[in-house]
Amino acid sequence: MSGTHQATYLGMPAFPQAADASTRNTQLRANLRHATHTIRAKRATAVAELDDWSRLRAAGAAIKDRTLRHLDHYLERLENAVTAAGGHVHWAADAEEANRIVTELVRATGEREVVKVKSMATQEIGLNSALATAGITAYETDLAELIVQLGDDLPSHILVPAIHRNRGEIRDIFAERMARWGRPAPDGLTDAPADLAEAARLHLREKFLNAKVGISGANFMVAETGTLVVVESEGNGRMCLTLPETLISVVGIEKVVPTFQDLEVFLQLLPRSSTAERMNPYTSTWTGTTDQDGPRTFHLVLLDNGRTDTLADTVGRQALRCIRCSACLNVCPVYERAGGHAYGSAYPGPIGAILTPQLRGTGSELDASLPYASSLCGACYEVCPVAIDIPEVLVHLRERVVEGGPASVRGTRAVIKPAKGHAAERAAMRAARWALDHPRVLRTGQRLASRTRRFHPRRLPGPGRAWTDTRELPRVPEESFRDWWRRTRGESRTEGRKKTT
Amino acid sequence: MTPPDPGPRKPGTPDPGSRKPGTPDSRALVMARVRRALADVPRAETPDAVPVERTYHRVHGDRTAAGTVDLLAEHLADYRAVVHRAGPASLPDLIARLLADRGATSVAVPPGLPASWLSAVPESVRRVPDTAELTPHDLDAVSSVVTGCAVAIAETGTVVLDAAPDQGRRRITLVPDHHVCVIRVPDQVVGSVPEALERLDPARPLTWISGPSATSDIELDRVEGVHGPRTLEVILVAPEPETAGQN
Ligand code: SF4
Repeated sequence: MSGTHQATYLGMPAFPQAADASTRNTQLRANLRHATHTIRAKRATAVAELDDWSRLRAAGAAIKDRTLRHLDHYLERLENAVTAAGGHVHWAADAEEANRIVTELVRATGEREVVKVKSMATQEIGLNSALATAGITAYETDLAELIVQLGDDLPSHILVPAIHRNRGEIRDIFAERMARWGRPAPDGLTDAPADLAEAARLHLREKFLNAKVGISGANFMVAETGTLVVVESEGNGRMCLTLPETLISVVGIEKVVPTFQDLEVFLQLLPRSSTAERMNPYTSTWTGTTDQDGPRTFHLVLLDNGRTDTLADTVGRQALRCIRCSACLNVCPVYERAGGHAYGSAYPGPIGAILTPQLRGTGSELDASLPYASSLCGACYEVCPVAIDIPEVLVHLRERVVEGGPASVRGTRAVIKPAKGHAAERAAMRAARWALDHPRVLRTGQRLASRTRRFHPRRLPGPGRAWTDTRELPRVPEESFRDWWRRTRGESRTEGRKKTT
Repeated sequence: MTPPDPGPRKPGTPDPGSRKPGTPDSRALVMARVRRALADVPRAETPDAVPVERTYHRVHGDRTAAGTVDLLAEHLADYRAVVHRAGPASLPDLIARLLADRGATSVAVPPGLPASWLSAVPESVRRVPDTAELTPHDLDAVSSVVTGCAVAIAETGTVVLDAAPDQGRRRITLVPDHHVCVIRVPDQVVGSVPEALERLDPARPLTWISGPSATSDIELDRVEGVHGPRTLEVILVAPEPETAGQN
């Protein structure tokens, strides 16, 4: 099958080149702009409905910090609970090992086809192409992922991976490509979204009904009970989690939360911050296996792949709080112009700019340029439902690129060489110049070029005002998060979360 | 509310891959990396020493039980669930009417569904009991499914199923295209997500449903109904007999 080979992020150009290409693509920019602005407005409404948003946000951040500071403890609890409930737990130090584990688990079932529910972790490790190499076809079942897969394309947004495609393009992809992968698109397919969704329903239904192996990620794993949680909209998640005989979930080790009760925070934060809904249409939770209901065999593959390196950095660690809501993408002026592909990984936008260089290191030109793919305007921090101070981490990573210094590389302490005089430095400087060359991007960046800022005005000061006057900045109810944090926790308790150098 | 026991757990079938290729060494390696990464955390610090303040609301707003049910109805409808109200006496006729309006020829029946609920549905509508033998293909040919629920959340317009006998296996509410879900009000209705979690048992497989399935993947146009049931009808049954009717 020709379509099984999925494009990967390998060999992508550094951020500035890729961003330049996207900026010239007016269709892409129009799609992105429409999409990000639409979500942004809806999200503000969904968030404003909860007058305790800032407290939920603080609790979300605190729960994640508690987990991360004692991750060994919680991973052990999780492993015990999942095993006690009938699941099998595997550990993968890196992408290659995770791919090998999954491939062998699928092989052991004797199946050559699997259905997949959208998962950032499996994109990050390039699971689909690893499976393809082993002769196993992975069918993406999320509508957007299907569009991306059929188009032999790459996702460009966390939540809406095919955000760069408009309805006409999607119609053409379905009409041309569906037949290669299974049930062809109906004759006379129009570009009405409802018709396109119907075509996807029919195309995928035969896959779901016949599927013997499902592959998923998870939004949360509860250490106390061994419960996994998948939050979704279309029902493809439920199909993959319920109908197959074998379920394999690949999940980053940072996705643990301590208790079942902790979900009460994240199940309020995530849907509102992500799809701007009070609640997403479907949330599934499962704990090991249940007799005669759902998969008989459940495998959990716990993935490191650079997460422990990220954990070792006391400034960068906070990136592991991320619940992948994508709110930071939608407010980012750089993302809006550059598009998701320019970030060269499964994680686009501001979160990608701080996560990718930590997961992969800053050795390559692309990864060294990512911390510069920002104007430091701070809008990402303000919307982040777990209060990740993205600008702070960006500045910290820029220092690492330019000056080098100690860092954890594949679990070992190492000293990173400064990029000075190397190709990486040139790529980084080009990225910085790219951001500076785009006036609209720059204006938004006037506000917070330092990490000593102490408050977060709703309107940007100075030239940034022109930006806020026409765009709604996310409103933070009650006192600002940071004030709340400082008042209730005190500076003394924040060490480990923040470094003051 | 303690839901009935789902039955014994079966430890997954023996699995040749449970040790390899993710060798025990990988576990030790990752754990060692985690511990090394956390060198800045004082040894004496316990997880509970990291403060988590739950100063957020248990429930948003102050409502009567009836007000909470009304909010549930409003929020269910917001996300395109079709909401009906009934009393115990009028419930069977309402269910029969909803199936007839769909032209349903068959209905999936959870093992513990109160018998009276389908008492007004004509015999010509085939009853498909929820059994282990039923295949996904069998279910694909079933028109509708009728279930109870574990709890419903007013603030978010959510119905939670926990696979208890009046709800059946997860797949019967997934594959058929029409789901009729009965909520006993006000008993089964809570205000908020925190209140719902308190009532739920994490050991059971849970399905949280907020309206029919939907996608916004094409130019962010919301399309209702992708893979799950495209029509979700919710019946709020109040204990006192009252006149049935569409909301
Ligand atoms: S960094 Fe924050 S805003 Fe961005 S995706 Fe993660 S949780 Fe959402």
